[in-house]
Amino acid sequence: MSALIDVRGLDKAFGGVHAIEGLSFSVEAGQIYSVIGPNGAGKTTLFNLITGLYTPTAGEIQLEGKSVVGLAPNQLAELGMCRTFQQMQICMNMTALENVMLGRHLQLKSNLLTTLLRLPSLLKDEEDCRDHAVELMKFVGCGDYLETQASAMSYGALKRLEIARALAANPKVVLLDEPAAGLNAVESAELEELIKKIAAQGTTVVLVEHDMKMVMGISDHILVINYGRKLAEGTPEEIRNNPDVIAAYLGG
Amino acid sequence: MLNSLIKNRLSGLLLLTVIVFILPAFFSNPFHYDMATQIAIFATTVVGLNLLVGFAGQISLGHAGFFGLGAYFSAVMTGTYGWSPVPTLLVGAALVGLLAYVVGRPILKLKGYYLSMATLAMGFIIAITINNEGWLTGGPDGMPVPSLSLFGWELSTFSVYSFLGMEISGSLAWYWLMGVLLILGVWLAQNLIDSPIGRALRSVHGSEVAASVVGVDTAKFKNLVFVISAVYASLMGSFYAHFQGFITPDSAGFMESIIFVTMVVLGGMGSTLGVILGAVILTLLPQLLADFHDYEMMMFGLILMLTMIFMPKGLLPTLSRWLGEKMHKQAEDKA
Repeated sequence: MSALIDVRGLDKAFGGVHAIEGLSFSVEAGQIYSVIGPNGAGKTTLFNLITGLYTPTAGEIQLEGKSVVGLAPNQLAELGMCRTFQQMQICMNMTALENVMLGRHLQLKSNLLTTLLRLPSLLKDEEDCRDHAVELMKFVGCGDYLETQASAMSYGALKRLEIARALAANPKVVLLDEPAAGLNAVESAELEELIKKIAAQGTTVVLVEHDMKMVMGISDHILVINYGRKLAEGTPEEIRNNPDVIAAYLGG
Repeated sequence: MLNSLIKNRLSGLLLLTVIVFILPAFFSNPFHYDMATQIAIFATTVVGLNLLVGFAGQISLGHAGFFGLGAYFSAVMTGTYGWSPVPTLLVGAALVGLLAYVVGRPILKLKGYYLSMATLAMGFIIAITINNEGWLTGGPDGMPVPSLSLFGWELSTFSVYSFLGMEISGSLAWYWLMGVLLILGVWLAQNLIDSPIGRALRSVHGSEVAASVVGVDTAKFKNLVFVISAVYASLMGSFYAHFQGFITPDSAGFMESIIFVTMVVLGGMGSTLGVILGAVILTLLPQLLADFHDYEMMMFGLILMLTMIFMPKGLLPTLSRWLGEKMHKQAEDKA
C-alpha cells in the first residue's frame, strides 16, 4: 500500500534558522497520524509546508505519489487536502452555515450567467449544498448554530465549525492544527470522539496536538519532532517508552 | 418590519420597486425628475462598487475613471463617429471590463493602503489622459453628447413624447429608464451575492486564508468582482453622458471617485439598499446646501470621517440594527 502523504528530506529555512531540517515521513491512508513536539519544534511550519502556505527550501512532498511542492492552497484543496488552523480562520462576516457551505466551494458548478439570472440549476445545487452543510454541522455538534452569525459563536463552537468546513469538500485528508487548544476537558473529550468518527468514515487525519492524553488515545502513528528534526516515530506505545522523547519533554 | 424588509432579498427589491413607482407622485417639476434620474445613475454605479468594496472587501479609489471612460466612449463614438448609442455603450462596457481585467490582475495582489494607492493612480491616469487628449475629448472644456436613441426614440430631457395616447416629457422617460435599470442592477447584484460566487467573494473579505484552503482561487474572484463593478460604472457613465448631454473630465476625476466611495461607506458597506440611500443623500446634499458650494468637498470629507467614527457599518445597517433592538425591547416589555 502506497502512502497518502510522503515527505522526503523536507527543509525550510527562515533566514539562517532552519525551522524544518531534513524531515522525512509518510502517512498511510486511513490513519490518524499525530505530530507532536515541544513548543517551537516546527509543527505548524510543517503544516504550512504541506498545505502550500509556505514553499519548502528543499525536499519533496507527495500526495498520492504526485509532487505537490509549489502548489497553492486552493490547488491542494482540489486534490483533496483540507486543513484547520491553530489561529482559527473563520469568515466572521458570514453565518455559521455559510462558512460550512463555503467549504463545498469546489463541488459547486456555477458560472456567472446562471448566477446573475438565478437559474433553477443553481438553486438546486445550493439546496443540496445547504443540506450537506446542515448534516455536517450536526455531525460536528454545531447543529444549534445554523443561522448564527459566526462572530457571535463561542470559541469551542468555532473550532468545531472550522472542522466542519474542512470536511465539507469530502477531502481525502484533513490536517487539524491544535484542535483541542483552549478547550476544556469536556470539549476535548467530545473532540476526541469527533476525530475518531472522522477517521472511521475513511478520511485520513493528520493532527498537531499538545494534549498528550488525546494524542496517545486516538493516534495510529505518532511523529515526534524537535528543533525541526525527527526525534522519533512509531505507535503510541513505542513513543511513550522512547527515552529521547522523554528527555525532550522533561528536559535533561 | 423595516428590518426584515431590508434583510430579505426579495422584499428589499420589492421595497425599492415600490419607491421607484410611487416617487413621481411627489414630483412637481422636471427638475425633480432630473435629480431622481441622476440619483438612479449614481446609485446603480455604487451598487456595483459595493460588490467590490462592501462584499469582497477590496478598495477602489479610482472608480470614477471607469465611469468617465464609459461616458467618453459613448460621447466620442456617438458624437464624432456617429455610432448608435445603445450598441456603443455595450461595446464601451466590454472594453472597460477588459481594461479592468488587465489592470486588476497585477494590482489586486496588493492589499490595504497599497491597493488604495494603485487604484488612485489608475483613476488619475484615466482622468489626465481624458484631459490631455483634447483632439478627441475636447480637453478640460468637455464635449457635447448626442441624446440617447432607444427603440427609435431620441431620448432628450427637453422633448415631449406621446406614448399610448399619453404625453410624456423627456425627463419622465429618463426617470423610468434609469429607475428600471436601477432595479435591474440591484436584482443582478443580489443574485450575485446570494450564490456560491457571492459566498466566495465574501470569504475573500472574511478570511483570505480560509478562502484559499477551501479551494477559492482568491485572485480570480477579486478580479472578477473588479471587472463587474467596472462594467456597472462604465454603463452608468455612458447613460450619464447621454442624460447630461455634455461631459467634462471632472466626471472621471479623483473627487468623483471619493464621492462614490463615500456613498458606499455612508450608506453601509455590504448593504445594497444602504448604498442607494448613500447615493440619495450625497446627491441631494449639495443641492440643499448650494450656498456653501465652496465647502462641498470639505463636507464630504467630514461626512466620511464622522461615518467611520460613529457608524462604521453605515447608515442603513446601523438604523436597521437600532430598530431591531428597539422592537426586541418592546416585545420584552410586553411579555
